[in-house]
Amino acid sequence: MARALADGTRSAAQIHALRERATTIRRHIVEMLAEAGSGHPGGSLSAVEIVTALFFGGVLRYDPARPDWPDRDRFILSKGHGVPVLYAALAEAGFFPVAELRTLRKINSRLQGHPALGTAPGIEASTGALGQGLSIGLGMALAARMDRRDYRVFVLLGDGECQEGQVWEAALAIGFQRPANLVAIVDYNKYQLDGAVASILDLHPLAAKWRAMRWQVQEIDGHDLRQVLHALEWAAGVGAPACIIAHTVKGKGVSFMEGENAYHGVAPTEEELAKALAELNGALARAELSIEREAAEDQEAGR
Amino acid sequence: MKGLYPGLTFGKATRDAYGEALRELGQEHPEIVVLDADLAKSTKSAYFGEEFPDRFLNVGIQEANMVGMAGGLASCGKVPFISSFACFVILKGFDQLRMAVAYPHLNVKVAGSHGGISPGEDGASQQSVEDVALACSLPGFVVCVPSDEHQMRAAVKAAYRHYGPVYLRLGRPKAPLIYTAEPSDFQFGRAVRLRDGGDATVVANGLMVGAALVASEQLRAEGMGVRVLDMATVKPLDEEELRRAAEETGGIVVAEEHLLHGGLGARVAQAVGSLCPVPMEFVGLDDTYAESGDPEALFRKYGLTADHVVAALRRVLSRRTWGASQANSLSI
Repeated sequence: MARALADGTRSAAQIHALRERATTIRRHIVEMLAEAGSGHPGGSLSAVEIVTALFFGGVLRYDPARPDWPDRDRFILSKGHGVPVLYAALAEAGFFPVAELRTLRKINSRLQGHPALGTAPGIEASTGALGQGLSIGLGMALAARMDRRDYRVFVLLGDGECQEGQVWEAALAIGFQRPANLVAIVDYNKYQLDGAVASILDLHPLAAKWRAMRWQVQEIDGHDLRQVLHALEWAAGVGAPACIIAHTVKGKGVSFMEGENAYHGVAPTEEELAKALAELNGALARAELSIEREAAEDQEAGR
Repeated sequence: MKGLYPGLTFGKATRDAYGEALRELGQEHPEIVVLDADLAKSTKSAYFGEEFPDRFLNVGIQEANMVGMAGGLASCGKVPFISSFACFVILKGFDQLRMAVAYPHLNVKVAGSHGGISPGEDGASQQSVEDVALACSLPGFVVCVPSDEHQMRAAVKAAYRHYGPVYLRLGRPKAPLIYTAEPSDFQFGRAVRLRDGGDATVVANGLMVGAALVASEQLRAEGMGVRVLDMATVKPLDEEELRRAAEETGGIVVAEEHLLHGGLGARVAQAVGSLCPVPMEFVGLDDTYAESGDPEALFRKYGLTADHVVAALRRVLSRRTWGASQANSLSI
């Protein structure tokens, strides 16, 4: 699969298709978690646009028929508890059947409760003990440099995860080694298991911390697909380790989960699932309506 | 340390053999990458770094990050050897060894230098007495404590040939020579029978193999045949050789430069208990850290000499339920 246009422009139709995909991924997330009866909806839903842009916005280079293709880009979900969003994207991308999502967390399934290398195709690292993905990503980025390959490595971190010391070991090392093929994305949804990040161990000023480690940094709205795509393309061209701080909302897309930390690690009930799916179906319908308006805007802008 | 091993000659430290073997392997295998956490001069990984600077990375004082990086490198087809002091790479990197190496069963080789209490003067914070237990607890890890420079060279090459995680424990001081040359038949999980005998067996690794040989000679003078097994591989154990030792000698002493908890002794006891229970005794550190001091003096104070092995053998003989006539003849 080829990489996207580098100019960052997307037609309204392309963005619309991505929004639809994002909503489909949200539906998979709530459905698979309700089926499993456990798991982490909040931090899965907050990362949907980031993961959608990576897998379906032409950012990641991959081939679902060859998950071990040496030249593929690597995506590491360092915040491993958010794995439902990754499984949903991998299934949508064709790495395994969508029906397999219903086996999440069940015995004999390839879909472990946290990502495990060597289980589901497309999983690049075992994560779930927080703080480790960036180090693994650095190893991969250096392997690319040694082998003169041009694949890239994307690491998605949680905000609470950035409290782990190893994240800053890796950030310091990456700022020094300067692999230009490595991008870190922080899903800054402001909550961790026990409460608000700012009240438990505040990260502020987060961008300044990454800059002090010699990273290039951009802050974006992590639910605005245009902003996410622009930032990922900026990161590809910046020629240095790049960090995207994506401001997000925990539980995004399901009204009763948004910003409601009770859904950090609690699956929806059958009743909640029905409510969530009704909302997501409504979102799809509204997106259908907006496509015509945005297409008209596109035409006006000459895109 | 020479006073501890009368009759044995000394070779290099096993850490020197590690550095030399790595440098040799590096010539033929470009996928080998070596990482160190600012102890390359001490672990001797610097030998590789001088020869292959493009495949050597001193990551700084970041053991956890180093282990994670090794996982990433291995998942891209590299064969990383990572080294630091045993107490740092295993203990500070343990969660990372679990998540980035053991759980995904990646091809990472971990070298822990300055194993045991023989680093001596720097004191207990630099000595490593828990590393073998922790490494053994990681599913899929091979854990190996070679006894001398020749066996270490063979073990480094075996680590390269073996696909999967391997922990090699390196020693700081010059080690008594157990072998005359690099053994060509070295295999993980295969013990070496250094001395034969029918009265009891000493199972040892690392520097305690020399002590076991000295102890065996001492009791030979009293007419007793002590079998000595160099059990360099703590995991997987050579269960067949252990079964034979239990069946044919009726009593086993295990000697290691490690806590009695969770190391070679614990693993051998578990195996012997299920294969063929016989009386066992253990030589090692009994629930204690050591202290600063000359290594030879530390070995004497903390019970790691040939005399301690002999005493343990006499205790085993006193507990034997068969072959008592032989034991009684030795005036225990």
